[in-house]
Amino acid sequence: MDELIGILEGLHPDVDFEHTAGLIDDGILDSFDIISLVAEIDNVFDVQIPASEIVPENFNSAQALHDLVERLSDS
Amino acid sequence: MRTNLLEYLEDTVRRVPEKIAYSNGQDDMTFAQVYRESRAIGSFLQTKDVQREPVVVFMNKHPRAITAFLGVLYAGAAYVPIDEEMPRFRIRLILDTLQPRALICDSQTERAVTSLEFPGAVYTYEEICLTPEAPAALAAIRDGHIDTDPAYVVFTSGSTGVPKGVVACHRSVLDYIESFSEVLRLDASTVFGMQVPLYFDACLKEVYPTLKFGATTYIIPKSLFMFPVKLVDFLNDHQVNTLCWVVSALTMISAFGTLDTVVPHTLRLIAFGSEVMPIKQLKCWRKALPEARFINLYGPTEATGMSCYYEVDRDFTDDEPIPIGRPFRNTAILLLGPDNQPARPGETGEICIRGTALTMGYYKAFEKTAEVFVQNPLNKAYPELIYRTGDLARLNGRGELVFVSRKDYQIKHMGHRIELGEIEAGVNALDAVRMAGCIYDAKESKIVLFYVGDLEPGALLTALRDRLPRYMLPNQTERLDQLPLTSNAKIDRVALKMLHEQKKKEKQHG
Repeated sequence: MDELIGILEGLHPDVDFEHTAGLIDDGILDSFDIISLVAEIDNVFDVQIPASEIVPENFNSAQALHDLVERLSDS
Repeated sequence: MRTNLLEYLEDTVRRVPEKIAYSNGQDDMTFAQVYRESRAIGSFLQTKDVQREPVVVFMNKHPRAITAFLGVLYAGAAYVPIDEEMPRFRIRLILDTLQPRALICDSQTERAVTSLEFPGAVYTYEEICLTPEAPAALAAIRDGHIDTDPAYVVFTSGSTGVPKGVVACHRSVLDYIESFSEVLRLDASTVFGMQVPLYFDACLKEVYPTLKFGATTYIIPKSLFMFPVKLVDFLNDHQVNTLCWVVSALTMISAFGTLDTVVPHTLRLIAFGSEVMPIKQLKCWRKALPEARFINLYGPTEATGMSCYYEVDRDFTDDEPIPIGRPFRNTAILLLGPDNQPARPGETGEICIRGTALTMGYYKAFEKTAEVFVQNPLNKAYPELIYRTGDLARLNGRGELVFVSRKDYQIKHMGHRIELGEIEAGVNALDAVRMAGCIYDAKESKIVLFYVGDLEPGALLTALRDRLPRYMLPNQTERLDQLPLTSNAKIDRVALKMLHEQKKKEKQHG
């Protein structure tokens, strides 16, 4: 989780990702961020997020994104 | 002879008044509505004495914003699109340059406008679109109109940190739309899926052919460009058949393997530009849509949208560049070598553009204009302007133009044209920064910033958000004790590049 927070903070140093939900709903992340995130998660965790998983629900909070990465690395 | 862009609308509204012209998927506007409201706005503005002057349109990406553009044209003025995505600082620079008399906002951007402390008049779309039509006044404006009057001013990155306003006249846009439509074979059945923002000349491709043919444009909500499957669903739901997108928007779909799950099966034409299309991604698209046509576009804002095209007619190997092909009809390209002589086949030269498509130049910047809109050095007999793009290209064995590189520090990043100097100027403007140098890692599509100063990279990035557009923000920020300098005390970008490559290697091995 810390590593993931680190990646997110790299994109938005001013956001408290541990306590922020609504990253998509509130417009904190944009399309640039999503592309960077998918690439970084591949680099750091060796997890490829398929297109079908690139949906708002999976990116709305650090926790949701963390759960997604866990789920994909288990399978 | 057509002399005004509004003639497209006026012809079409007679034929298909009830057809949808522009929609964002939720709100539709028919040609009749576009016609009525744009004439109402024109009727309102004509009382404000704005002919041949810039009128700012600061509205959300919505069919109404396009209607406001046309309303400005009805008043005989030139529209200047501004968007909420632009940082306040940049908007102020633009307003300082233009000193516009009037600005049109909508109920959603009203608050943002208030914070700008704009000295001119502010009008709200929802109010002025109800103005009773003043047919006699509009007719008088049209009567005095000539096709070299300005239609719009759009702003592009400037290396000193001040964006440059490119002024285009009706004539050059008409010329572009006619030849562009011919190459793309657009017609009344065309359904565009519009990706580009309205504040660039890129949106001409959808806005005016829609009026010309009575076609339809679906303005795609920006948020969909985060979620590839939803984006393809949108295209399918609205039976979109024509895309003119920046490369990064197309690769956003293909790179995630989206096309293995969902295919935008109604597409028959995909035009792309603003960046080099990676062959691997092009292959994904061609595999998914074997019947569709694919066209690579190239052109600078200074020559009204696009100047060259290449229709993909063969397979490419992964390291082969896709040509930018040949100029549109009524546009000519000169490749000039360093001695201002034509480059020989295979030799690299600077792309210089000749033709009606040339814009008028930069707003209130005669010197800057004269640097790049210059006398054709091959013509010693009479005045003839060419536009020097600063892009280097060569002719391949098939006689097609192939883009090679830039002459200077202008880059293309996520489809946006950016002067690295503008980013540096933005960073240098921060109090705690002593020195800054920017490079572009084209392979990884990353803007890398090096700086010396008393600011953490995080804090620097936060401060930069107020000054630079989102797409200009560095993707990687490195604080150094000092920056490498060249022998004449300029920041040594070559040394910075080497430093960046070295750091990358260390990271891989460490």
